[in-house]
Amino acid sequence: MTIEPNETSTGGVPVSADPVGADFDAPAQVPSSPRKGMFGITGTGDVSGFGGLVRRHAEVVGTPKPYGGYFDEVTDALEEAYPGFADAIEKVVVDRDELTLHIKPERIAEVAQIMRDDESLRFELCSSVSGVDYLNSDARRLHVTYHLASMTYRRRVRLEVAVPAGGSVPSVTSIYPTADWQERETYDMFGVIFTGHPNLTRVLMPDDWEGHPQRKDYPLGGVPVEYKGAEIPPPDQRRVYQ
Amino acid sequence: MTQSGYASERETTEGRVFTVTGGDWDTVTGSVDPLSNEKIVVNMGPQHPSTHGVLRLVLELEGETVQEVRPVVGYLHTGIEKNLEYRNWTQGTTFVTRADYLAPLFNEAGYCLAVEKLLGITDQITERANTIRVLFMELNRISSHLVWLATTGMELGAISMMLYGFREREYILDIFEETTGLRMNHAYFRPGGVAQDIPDSAIKKIRDFLVYLPKKLKEYEDMLSGQVIWQQRTQGVAILDVTGCIALGVTGPVLRASGLAWDQRKTMPYCGYEEYEFDVPTATTADVWGRYQVRLAEIRESLKIVEQALDKLRPGPIFVADKKIAWPAQLAVGLDGMGNSLEHVAKIMGQSMESLIHHFKLVTEGFRVPAGQVYVSIEHPRGELGVHAVSDGGTHPYRVHMRDPSFVNLQAIPAMAEGALLADVIAGGASLDPVMGGCDR
Repeated sequence: MTIEPNETSTGGVPVSADPVGADFDAPAQVPSSPRKGMFGITGTGDVSGFGGLVRRHAEVVGTPKPYGGYFDEVTDALEEAYPGFADAIEKVVVDRDELTLHIKPERIAEVAQIMRDDESLRFELCSSVSGVDYLNSDARRLHVTYHLASMTYRRRVRLEVAVPAGGSVPSVTSIYPTADWQERETYDMFGVIFTGHPNLTRVLMPDDWEGHPQRKDYPLGGVPVEYKGAEIPPPDQRRVYQ
Repeated sequence: MTQSGYASERETTEGRVFTVTGGDWDTVTGSVDPLSNEKIVVNMGPQHPSTHGVLRLVLELEGETVQEVRPVVGYLHTGIEKNLEYRNWTQGTTFVTRADYLAPLFNEAGYCLAVEKLLGITDQITERANTIRVLFMELNRISSHLVWLATTGMELGAISMMLYGFREREYILDIFEETTGLRMNHAYFRPGGVAQDIPDSAIKKIRDFLVYLPKKLKEYEDMLSGQVIWQQRTQGVAILDVTGCIALGVTGPVLRASGLAWDQRKTMPYCGYEEYEFDVPTATTADVWGRYQVRLAEIRESLKIVEQALDKLRPGPIFVADKKIAWPAQLAVGLDGMGNSLEHVAKIMGQSMESLIHHFKLVTEGFRVPAGQVYVSIEHPRGELGVHAVSDGGTHPYRVHMRDPSFVNLQAIPAMAEGALLADVIAGGASLDPVMGGCDR
């Protein structure tokens, strides 16, 4: 793919005319859905009969009590320390020996505060904040995950919030200062807005970049490469098993 | 000369030449009135020998004193996490290994442990594979710390240390090359095990290295620790206490140098680390000196683990038994690098059609990973390396995020450097041991 210089650009620096996968919800190029077909191509070319396959999105269901391990202690302690528990916690999921608390976005800072401060929880370290884009799942497609670690009790827990594209989540930087750059990265890559963040700017991409690259509807990009006379398409347009 | 928003251009005999200037830089410097204000804004990096790659620090100085530091990262962002989503699970290891290029095996280990946890085969990893992983991770920790010693020595004026550190690291890279075929970016750990077995010649090299390094290490310690310049450049410099470390998420040697013995090999063991005998070195000074002491002691502890791992090494399989996952275990190092072993090629091409079909399916399609998400964290030379892997049930990762310690630790530069002298920014930054490949991914 060659980028044509924009007419308004006089500097000779190529500026693509259409922002690709920009802030708004309709991306310029929608890659083929990984949930349809088997080889990542649509229309002609697939005569295998597998093109009609539709993979369903696996629904995340809450886990019934008891959760086992330290998970019961953590949830019970949080329930006791946090009066709004029933309202704020959407569901509790235990999977592969990991506890995930799905939390209403507007409550995340309150929950994080209690997770850090309560004596029987003591999640002192916020290991990681990052995002996942569950495109085509439901309206709240952007998830932000917080991985907390308790050094006192040697425990880990994941907090997860879900917001629609363009949605906002209260920042936890006042509770965990380490979330500063990590929230900036999540904003940069997914476009989740963290309200109350002291300096919510891009951190990895250039400041004037358009779009949020880690979103699923943002194309990978790339150019075809010639190898021994054959042209190999860029990775996101190759015929691959999905 | 014409001016646009991005770059000025002029025609020369060689063609058109663009001059790119740094965005808002003029407005930053222009806003400071040189008559009423002695504040100087200095842009250190991204091309600067003491910023460990392409880290940019925007410093506001009042004389020699640093008033404000603003680290700017992202110059080495290569979209590793995005690229992973377009490759199958096994290919992912070739991408993550390129993130933190001084500790490639840790990136691979974190990623592979995450994939294995998603597959639910963590306890099926063979003992030999786990031992090899521990062995190689510890050798890699030593090589990473040696580079830290080398670069920090150089930045604080001990140029000879730079040469020595890189020289000793070369021994370890030789061992890696002997086994994996590559000095860096090995893609040696694969989901399910390791790509191929250690040859006897590499084991001999490791044994020799275990004898060689302690003597050299003693020499370097003697050279640096008693040095007055070294002491003055490191003691009481860039202090960050336990509270500061935890608030800013700083882990690894920096946290341990402030007195908290938090090492995930001990506190949340993985890969069978609970079976090894080693100490977690700490210091209480919370300064660059303490971090130097901790790293030196960690090299010695790693040597102890390497020795134990060599003794533990028993013959056995290096991959899980499940042939649907155990790809590609039939590799050998040939004259032109690593590739399928000749026996394997002979088998699939000449003897067994089923083997060929199986090979083809595994290589083109890969294996499917049940839907779900996991977070795995390991003790990286620089702190906690976390891998958050999400699968949608397909043959490709749905999302992989690497919580790289360099990225998180760099946030501590303002806390360590503001109010101190300019020279201490270098010492403080170096003591964090940032690797921009890991930071920007």
